[in-house]
Amino acid sequence: MTAPLHEPTAEAAPSAAEEAAVATTGAKAVQGRSLGRIAWERLKRDKLALTGGIVVLVLIVIAVLAPVLAHAVGQDPETHHEDLIDPLFGTPTGSLGGISGDHLLGVEPVSGRDIFARILYGAQISLLVGFLSAVVAVVLGTVLGILAGFFGGWVDAVISRIMDGLLAFPQLLFIIALVSVMPDRLLGLTGTSVRVMLMIVVIGFFGWPYIGRVVRGQTLSLREREYVEAARSLGAGRFYILFKELLPNLVAPIIVYTTMMIPTNILTEAALSFLGVGVKPPTASWGQMLSNAIDYYDSDPMYMVVPGVAIFITVLAFNLFGDGVRDALDPKGSR
Amino acid sequence: MTTQRTSGRRKQALAAAAVVAGLLTTAACGGGKDDGGKNGAAGFNAANNKIAQASLVKKGGELKFASTQDADSWDTTRGYYGFMWDFSRYYSRQLLTYKTQPGAAGAELTPDLATDMGQVADGGKTYTFHLRDGITWEDGKPITSKDIKYGIERAWAQDVLSGGPVYLKDVLDPDGAYKGPYKDTSADHLGLKAIDTPDDKTIVFHLPKPNSDFLQMVALTSASPVRQDKDTKSQYGLHPFSSGPYKFQSYSPGKSLVLVRNTNWKASSDPVRKAYPDKISIKFFTNANDMDQRLLAGDYDLDLAQTGMSPQGRTTALKAHKANLDNPVSGYVRYAVFPQSVKPFDNIHCRKAVLYGADHVSLQTARGGPIAGGDIGTNMLPPSVPGAEGQKYDPYEMAGANKNGNAAKAKEELKACGKPNGFSTTIAVRNNKPVEVATAESLQASLKKVGINAQIDQYDGSQTAGIIGSPSNVNKKGYGIIIMGWGPDFPSVQGYGMPLWDSSYILQSGNNNYALIKDKSIDKMFDDFVTTLDESKKTQLSTEINHKVMEGAYYLPFTFEKFINWRSSRLANVYTTNSYNGMYDFVNLGLKSSK
Repeated sequence: MTAPLHEPTAEAAPSAAEEAAVATTGAKAVQGRSLGRIAWERLKRDKLALTGGIVVLVLIVIAVLAPVLAHAVGQDPETHHEDLIDPLFGTPTGSLGGISGDHLLGVEPVSGRDIFARILYGAQISLLVGFLSAVVAVVLGTVLGILAGFFGGWVDAVISRIMDGLLAFPQLLFIIALVSVMPDRLLGLTGTSVRVMLMIVVIGFFGWPYIGRVVRGQTLSLREREYVEAARSLGAGRFYILFKELLPNLVAPIIVYTTMMIPTNILTEAALSFLGVGVKPPTASWGQMLSNAIDYYDSDPMYMVVPGVAIFITVLAFNLFGDGVRDALDPKGSR
Repeated sequence: MTTQRTSGRRKQALAAAAVVAGLLTTAACGGGKDDGGKNGAAGFNAANNKIAQASLVKKGGELKFASTQDADSWDTTRGYYGFMWDFSRYYSRQLLTYKTQPGAAGAELTPDLATDMGQVADGGKTYTFHLRDGITWEDGKPITSKDIKYGIERAWAQDVLSGGPVYLKDVLDPDGAYKGPYKDTSADHLGLKAIDTPDDKTIVFHLPKPNSDFLQMVALTSASPVRQDKDTKSQYGLHPFSSGPYKFQSYSPGKSLVLVRNTNWKASSDPVRKAYPDKISIKFFTNANDMDQRLLAGDYDLDLAQTGMSPQGRTTALKAHKANLDNPVSGYVRYAVFPQSVKPFDNIHCRKAVLYGADHVSLQTARGGPIAGGDIGTNMLPPSVPGAEGQKYDPYEMAGANKNGNAAKAKEELKACGKPNGFSTTIAVRNNKPVEVATAESLQASLKKVGINAQIDQYDGSQTAGIIGSPSNVNKKGYGIIIMGWGPDFPSVQGYGMPLWDSSYILQSGNNNYALIKDKSIDKMFDDFVTTLDESKKTQLSTEINHKVMEGAYYLPFTFEKFINWRSSRLANVYTTNSYNGMYDFVNLGLKSSK
């Protein structure tokens, strides 16, 4: 619900605004506009969503440029600085968790690793897992959802029951169990890359039924529409109807669900790392930092605050952006 | 003697779930600092190897333990946790026990049920003990030599009563001829040939081979008497029948345990136990931070597990309640060990490269620093074991010139090993010990500087026996560095180092000789040690064994471990003892007020 801007005037406001926009842009604007263009116009007016989108972009840039940025401040995420640690308590000697010109966000208790660098590198893991697992879920969910909705009958029955089963599955427990029995080397990958891949696959696999259900429902209602009937009577094949007639009309809900799924996946990654089944040390991860911070919540609260804020900002930004995209693509659905 | 010392290791398998619960509960009880005017606390280290406030003790009151861990079993035959052995003296007695004195004197033996230290004959192959008068069970019946024999025999029934130490079984019946009391066909179920009970007050042990630590084994909790008609087999741990000054009133596993006075116990029959409080209770917690807060608030008197406070409570306590803390040496050595089956650790120079490459101060900080972690470990014998030299023996100058690592020497050793550019390996570490993971990361960071790339593999900490205890699995996984810790079962090089360093202790599962040391000279020294009855010779042998192990560079010691333990201001007559690895001696704790 990012609609406070539109709230007072409800349905009428956006269209009125559009008309105003059309009027000011002159004759050219009378031409028909594509769905994407209309959505973009709406999104541009949604300040909150736009802010969210910009933050998301910044986060992506940060993640990609993590090594460069860390190098720019002269830090890396794995160098220990025990000289900055009080040996008696294991906490950083400086105030606020050892924040200084060298260490912008302080240093970790015990090891003295630079928190700023670890946050940057942690963004890589969070976003990588968040995005790619969403991609896995979207691909699986769209394909299986559209098949179930279009063909109906036993295909629908089987796919729907699988979705019900997966939705009822205790996925967090399953992932924990799976990660602990997985070998260290898998498909030519080792160590942390195995864990990252595993998290992507598993989070994606357990995420597809959510999107699958929506796609199936949409397909059920769309396949009875006149334009599908028309295509059918013109002799179009099933796959032509599926991919040329139905899929384009499913793009909006799919995009909406994807943007909503990414923050959930980021949280799941954080939870897994928190529980110790995420990436391997010394690779940095926000969830792992939070988990380590529990022992110092009183003596070094900054250590808990920093990764907590990072997760909070990321998830909030994705959610705001996602809400905005949904409103833009499907203004009726949001109210 | 293959059973490993598991004190505090097994039950942390649920760490993951506990962490979640931890977040929820810690949020609810932040702060919690009390008034600070804790008059009556004895002072920092006041009870460390000395007695604190002995004169203030009053009879009566309820002594309250708190713990995040229940015992592995309260059955005297099955318990192997250190705190269980310490606590068991409340409700069990042995022929001999440890002196109730602080520090090193506390590790000396003294007669308990027996009238004296026993008569040795046949060059150490026969031991005869006579029992005291007036020793009774909780129902008033006298404790007989047959009860003691039966109690010891139960260790043979490993299929029913697993978990406890089997030293006596291995020494008295090395071939396993006896099948245990439950499969014993004789009418009285006392068929073990190695123990004679000529009358109710005499017990005679016949050893096939002398063992210099036999008296230590007789003093173990697992040599306590058990009465046949009260033996509920695998259920016995729920309510052991008391021979000591307290008896079980109620016990719900993982929740609480209450002991009350055993009215049939006579102080005149027991020279060791003072039995000050009227009631002893244990409350089990699920969250360590929660427990520490309650200790700080004075709701409980001390931690049963005695493994040190968690970082959060420790920091608060050190800042605001230092007088309530003791900082004993735990008797554990924390270390990394290099299995020789994993290349390139078959080469001594590659092992030495790790010893020189490691930053020992960083490892110490990861363990908790000089106070809560311990002094930098320089060799493998814990300071509490006779023959140990502490930091004075430092062949690799780990606490001296090389304490921050010596990259030049490490590179030299790498060259000698034929790996001038370093190598890659894997560090195996238990996933339920955050401190061990921190040490692994520290080691990884310092080794990287000399070109050794180590990957950290966190394995299920509740499965040590099958994962790092299996040499074939270690080899398959390529665990070149294993992070572990070890403490003595009883203070001697046999009770500490034999399972670690003697080649006959290499097992296919549950192995503790992780380095796979097969050194004839070390084996020979252990053989000599076991048969030598001369104390000074034993001490000398311990020292030599330790030197030999260090010269082989099989181990990288981290710390001679220390703990920060909490003692409430209500406690009196408090002291740590070497017999229980620096824990407080529970049995004679008293309170300052009888309320």
